[in-house]
Amino acid sequence: MRRVVVTGLGVVSPLGCGVETNWRRLTAGEHGFRRIDMFEVDDLACQIAAIIPRGDGSNGTFNPDDWFDPKEQRKVDDFIIYGVCAATQALKDANWVADTPEKQETTGVLIGSGIGGLGGIYETSVTLKEKGPRRVSPFFVSGRIINLVAGYVSILHGLKGPNHAVVTACATGTHSIGDAARIIAMGDAEVMVAGGAESPVNRIGVAGFAACRALTTGFNDRPEAASRPYDRDRDGFVLGEGAGCVVLEEYEHAKARGAKIYAELIGYGMSGDAYHITAPTPDGDGAYRCMKMALKRSNISVSDIDYVNAHGTSTPLGDEIELRAVERLLGNAGANLSMSSTKSAIGHLLGGAGAVEAVYTILAMTHGVAPPTRNLDNPSVETSIDLVPHQARKREINLALSNSFGFGGTNASLLFRKTV
Amino acid sequence: MSDVAERVKKIVIEHLGVEPEKVVTNANFIDDLGADSLDTVELVMAFEEEFGVEIPDDAAEKIVTFGDAVTFLEKAQAA
Repeated sequence: MRRVVVTGLGVVSPLGCGVETNWRRLTAGEHGFRRIDMFEVDDLACQIAAIIPRGDGSNGTFNPDDWFDPKEQRKVDDFIIYGVCAATQALKDANWVADTPEKQETTGVLIGSGIGGLGGIYETSVTLKEKGPRRVSPFFVSGRIINLVAGYVSILHGLKGPNHAVVTACATGTHSIGDAARIIAMGDAEVMVAGGAESPVNRIGVAGFAACRALTTGFNDRPEAASRPYDRDRDGFVLGEGAGCVVLEEYEHAKARGAKIYAELIGYGMSGDAYHITAPTPDGDGAYRCMKMALKRSNISVSDIDYVNAHGTSTPLGDEIELRAVERLLGNAGANLSMSSTKSAIGHLLGGAGAVEAVYTILAMTHGVAPPTRNLDNPSVETSIDLVPHQARKREINLALSNSFGFGGTNASLLFRKTV
Repeated sequence: MSDVAERVKKIVIEHLGVEPEKVVTNANFIDDLGADSLDTVELVMAFEEEFGVEIPDDAAEKIVTFGDAVTFLEKAQAA
């Protein structure tokens, strides 16, 4: 199979817009949590979220007008604007412009979302009920469906290669990058823009995730302390919004044009739990087999893994199960591993999570810094693995895993190597 | 410009994001003002909402310019 490398990164998250802003704030231990003030929350069990800082685009704020035609914005849900923003950043970072028919036809897009336009579906349902079908916008469908992120990115950048979208709940972003790499490895594209996007911070989104008891409820007065993976006081995840994208490229193609190469994607694993619609298997076997599969073709030894960007959502069940699965995978080598959950800074971006976390994982390798797990005051279990509590840790990171697990019992892992 | 024309013009500018001076009587929504077929469906919906009238599909198909819209809505208001 052909080799696949990462040549571009893009991100818009609750830490801000742009790779540099995200990395600076992430490693400084900053966060993007606050009380929700965009809609009524008094009757909701969870009243906080991780929210993108909007502004005029300066100082790392997100200004949608910089990325998406202002008059088109009201036709789409925010996840599409976030996805276009991250994809456009990644293409610019990769210095890749599809300016010939051949480049256009060999550049594809694979960007997913866990839920898509939940907010617009809710609002249009109300319109339908109150005003009838003649008031349903002609852009209702095109502005809510998940593959329209990939659709808009292809239209805006003239990318005519494979155009695809993955939907695997909270594993979406990770599966998207893995599947896109396969498309390149199989020779069906030279370049792929891959990632995930989500805009779940709306009344129906919070109500839905609160109803299935996934969200934190005990930190409404302390939003900054709510996301606390591995800590004994954690009580659920915090919803987040945003998108991450990478540009993946066939190795020789990247080398020939002198592209900056961040890392090589050397492994991709997938598995299913076949257990429960929302809960992971208690023994973590799904997560274990997923990571194992990511290692399968890589010819590396597990003891060489330096860093794991954990799924670590801050739910009572999931964090420990993942930790045990990593311990099982690494055995004694766990003592040399750093593993952190960046959801402690940006919350859970659902379909966007795996993509943003892949970007953070690659930056961790580039800078030789493991980002911290915020709020980890008292680990709920003992482990020899360094969970990077509170403060970023400087260390060499050559091999890194990024994990994502989703509702339905779907698991995905990506394995990156810095040296190419 | 009549009151109806002013209100129609405001909707067109808002929905299509065009310069006010381009919205003239014979300006075609698709050819001159950059709309696509879905934009025109949405424009008609906005006219219905603003003027509290129902514009049947066969009538909507004949509204292709700013002037067409003003003429139709002035008649509908008078009726």
